[in-house]
Amino acid sequence: MSGSALLSVEDVAVDLPTPRGNLRAVDHVDLSVGAGRTLGIVGESGCGKTMLSRAILQLLPKKARLSGRVMFDGQDLARCDASALRKLRARSLAVVFQDPMTSLNPVLTIGTQLIETLQAHLELDTASARKRSVELLAAVGIPAPEQRLSQYPHQLSGGMRQRVAIAIALSCEPKLLIADEPTTALDVTVQAQILDLLAREQRRRHMAMILITHDLGVVAGRTDEVAVMYAGRVVERAPTTALFKTMRMPYTEALLAAIPKLEAAPHTPLPAISGRPPDPTRPLHGCSFSPRCRYVDGRCRQEKPALSDAESPDHQYACFHPIRIAVGGVT
Amino acid sequence: MQDATHFQGLDPILKVENLVVEYAVGGKTIHAVSDVSLQIARGETLGLVGESGCGKSTLGRAVLQLRPAVSGQVLFDGEDLTALRGEALRRMRRRVQLIFQDPSASLNPRRRIGDIVAEPLVIAGYKDSRERQELVEEVLNAVGLDPALVTGRLPHEFSGWQCQRICVARALVLKPEFIICDEPVSALDVSIRAQILNLLEEMKGRYGLTLLFIAHDLAVVKAVSDRVAVMYLGRLCEVGPSEQLFANPAHPYTALLIEAIPVPDPDVRPSESVAIGEPPSPITPPSGCRFRTRCPRADQRCATEVPELRLVAPGQYAACHHPLA
Amino acid sequence: MATLELAINEGIAAPPVQRARRLGPLFWMAIGWVALVFAVAILAPVLPMPSPTDMDMLERRAPFSPDHWLGTDGLGRDELARLIYGARISLVVGLCAPVIGLTIGGALGMLAGYFRGRFEALVVGSMDVLLAFPPLILALAVTAYLGQSILNLTLILGVLGIPAFMRVARASTLTLARREFVIAAEALGATHARILLRELLPNVMLPLLAFFLLGVAVTIVAEGALSFLGLGVPPPIASWGSMIGEGRESLDVAPRLAFIPAIAMFLTVLSFNLVGDTLRALTDPRQGAL
Repeated sequence: MSGSALLSVEDVAVDLPTPRGNLRAVDHVDLSVGAGRTLGIVGESGCGKTMLSRAILQLLPKKARLSGRVMFDGQDLARCDASALRKLRARSLAVVFQDPMTSLNPVLTIGTQLIETLQAHLELDTASARKRSVELLAAVGIPAPEQRLSQYPHQLSGGMRQRVAIAIALSCEPKLLIADEPTTALDVTVQAQILDLLAREQRRRHMAMILITHDLGVVAGRTDEVAVMYAGRVVERAPTTALFKTMRMPYTEALLAAIPKLEAAPHTPLPAISGRPPDPTRPLHGCSFSPRCRYVDGRCRQEKPALSDAESPDHQYACFHPIRIAVGGVT
Repeated sequence: MQDATHFQGLDPILKVENLVVEYAVGGKTIHAVSDVSLQIARGETLGLVGESGCGKSTLGRAVLQLRPAVSGQVLFDGEDLTALRGEALRRMRRRVQLIFQDPSASLNPRRRIGDIVAEPLVIAGYKDSRERQELVEEVLNAVGLDPALVTGRLPHEFSGWQCQRICVARALVLKPEFIICDEPVSALDVSIRAQILNLLEEMKGRYGLTLLFIAHDLAVVKAVSDRVAVMYLGRLCEVGPSEQLFANPAHPYTALLIEAIPVPDPDVRPSESVAIGEPPSPITPPSGCRFRTRCPRADQRCATEVPELRLVAPGQYAACHHPLA
Repeated sequence: MATLELAINEGIAAPPVQRARRLGPLFWMAIGWVALVFAVAILAPVLPMPSPTDMDMLERRAPFSPDHWLGTDGLGRDELARLIYGARISLVVGLCAPVIGLTIGGALGMLAGYFRGRFEALVVGSMDVLLAFPPLILALAVTAYLGQSILNLTLILGVLGIPAFMRVARASTLTLARREFVIAAEALGATHARILLRELLPNVMLPLLAFFLLGVAVTIVAEGALSFLGLGVPPPIASWGSMIGEGRESLDVAPRLAFIPAIAMFLTVLSFNLVGDTLRALTDPRQGAL
C-alpha cells in the first residue's frame, strides 16, 4: 500500500440479529483510502456496501454489532466516544446519501440547514455563516444562491437538492467524503454533472472520497481503486484500470457482461447471471458466488476462498479459479 | 406537411395522433404530453426513452386511457380508444396490458399470488375455476416460477425480481396483443435486469407480442427495441431505428443522453458534460423548442418556432432546426 | 430454463417467520380477561346467582359473604350479578355501536377517498357538521324524544362514531388509491365496485379494525359516562356506568360499590386496547417480511 492511508478498515464485520437468525451484513472486510484518492465500492443490493459505509461512519442501527477496527487519521472510530465522533463528523468525515429528499430536512430552509452546520462545527457567527453558505452554493453550481437560502427542499429539483446535500457535506472541509449512491436517484444527464462536481471539488480540496455504487460504468472513469463486494465480502480489489483490463473474479466478469452495452446490436441476448442473489441469513459453506458461477467446481462449494494477492500486491481477489486472460481475449 | 406516422409502416397496431395530456396540480397546469404522434407496427418493440418529467410514463398511461387526454386520438387496431366507454373499454383492456416499474407495489399486499394472477381472467369473465387455474399455472411456468410454490403466498414473501416475474405473468395470462412496459427493470439490480429483459424477449416471441418499452436507460432500451423514440419535456425529439439512432443521433438531446452514459471502460474519460443546467419545469415549458435552454446549438429561431419531426435519414426523424449532420 | 427455475424457486421454499414469539404475556392476559367477560356475559342467565334486580332492603350495602360474593349495593341487590349483567350492556353497546360507525363511516370514507371531487367534499363537510354537534345535547335530545333504551343508546353512540371511522377509511384509501396495484386493476378493466371490494377493502380493513377495537374501548367508557349521568340505560337495568353513579352516594360508607364496576370497566377497556394494538402489529404484512 503506497502512502499512508487516511482511512483503514481492518477486519470489520457487522452482525445484525433478525427473527430469522443472525445476519452477517459485512464479513471481515479490509479496505483503505489514501488522502486525495478515490475508492469505488461496487456491489448490488444486499452486498453489504451500505452497511459498510454506516460502519465507517459509526451510524449503524442499535441492534448491530461491529467488530474490527476503523482507523481514521490514527484514531479507531469504533472505540471513540460520542463527543469525539461529533467533532470528527462534518469536519473530517462527511457523507452524501442517495436520496436528497430524505437526507435534507423537509421543514427547514436550505439556508437554515447550511448555516446550522457551519455554526455548529466551525463556530462562525450568523453573518459569516450566511456569507459562506452563499459561496458554497455557488461553488456547487446552484444558480441564484442568495434566493435559494430561503427555499425549502421540495421547491428544488432532485439534482439541485443533491447539490445542496453536497454543499452541506463539503461545508466544513472534510478530509474524507463518503458518497453512498449519490446519483442513483437522478437522471443520467444530471448524474454526469453531479459526478463531475464531486471530482472537481475533490481535486480542489485534495479530499479522499469513497464512491459507493452499483454501476460499474460510474466507477470506471472516476475512481483510482475499486473494491467489488458480494454477500458481505470484498471479492476483488484492484486499481481501476487493472480491474477492468485484467479482472480475475468471475462475478466481476459476469457483472460487466450483464450490463447492456450501447455498442451491442438490439435483441442480442444478454448474458444474464443465472440464479438469485445470496440470502444473507443463510450463508453458504463455500464461496457465496458458487451457485451462480460458470467456473464452479467441488472445491468452491466446500471452501471459502480467501482474499489473496498472489500476483501483485495491488490486485486482490477471492477465487480458486480466477480468470487468467485479460478481458477482450479468448476465454 | 410532414408525415406524422414516421415509419414505413406495415400494419400499425397502435396509432397515437396529436395526443395532449395535461393535469392540474395545486392550481398549476403540467403540460405532460404536448402533441405527440407515433405509430407502432404489429410485432415491433418501440422503445420510449427520456429523463424524469419528460412525460413518457404519462404517455403510456394515456394510451391505456388510465389518464384522460385533453385532445388527440389513440387508435388501437383501428378502434379509437378515447371514444370508448364502460364495457367496450373494459373489453379492450384485455388486449392491452401494462407492466409497472415497482414490482412489489404492483401487487396487492393482501392477496395471494394465485388470486392476483387469476384476477384478469375473473374480470374477463372466465367462470370455470379449473380453467382459470390451468391458465395461471401455464403462465407461471412460462415465466420460470413453480406454481405449487408460488400461488399460495403473499407478495411480501418474494423479492423484487420474483415479483416482477409475477407481474409479467399477470400481464400475459389473457394472452394480450400489446404490452406497455413502464420502466420494468429500473428498480432491479443489474445482474437481475438481464434476466428480466431476456424473459421479456422470450415472451414476446412466444406470445407474438408488440411492446412499448418505456425506460430512462438508453442501453437497456437499445437492447430490446427495434425503433426508439426520444422524449423531452412532453415532446418527441427523435424517432428512428435503434442501431441507426444511437450510431448517428440527429437531435442534440439524443447526443447528450448518449454522451452522459457512464461507460464501463477506464480508458474512456468522461468528458466534462456539455449540457447547461437542468430540465425546466413542465409547468412553464420554454417556447418554441423545449430543449433550447440547454442546447449549445440554439438560436433565435428555436425560441419562436416549434420544430416538427422531419426526415433526416432513412426511417429517422428529428424535431430540430439544426440537426446534427 | 429448468436450472433457472430451480434456482429461482429455492428462495421461495423458506418458511414464514415464526409469529408466536411476538405475543407476550400481557397479550394473553388481556385475551383471557376479554374471554372471561364475554363468557360470563353470555352465560349470565344460566349462572347460579341471584337476580340483579331483586332488592333486599335488609341487606343493603352488605359486605362480601358466601351469599353475595361481592356484597350488595344501596338497594340490596347482588353486586356480582349486577356486575355481570352490566358487562352484557357494556359489551352489547360497546360492540354494536362501533359496528354502525365501522360500516357506515367506513363505506363513506372509502367512497370519498376513491371518487374524490364533489362527493368527497360533501361527505367530509357533513361529517364535520356532525362532529361539531355537541354529543351530549344529541344524547339528551334523542332520549327526550325517543326515550331511554339500549337501542337508542346504541344508535346515538353509533352515529357519533361515524365521522372518526370515515376519516380513518378515507385517509387509508387516499394513500392506497394511487398505488400501482390499484392502477393495475384499473388497467385490467376492473369495475369500480371490484376495485373497491377486492383491492382496496382488504387493505383498508386493517386500520379500520384496529380503530374498531379502539372504538369499542371508547364506547364502553362513553356508555358508562352516559349511564352515570342518567342518560344511558334506564334503571333498574344494571350498567357499569349507572353502578358507578349509584355508588357515588355510598363513597364514604362503602367505596367498593363505585370502585368495583370502575375497575371492571378499566380492565376491559385496557384489554381491548392491548388486543387491538397487538393484532394490528401482527397483521401488518410488511412487518412479517424479514
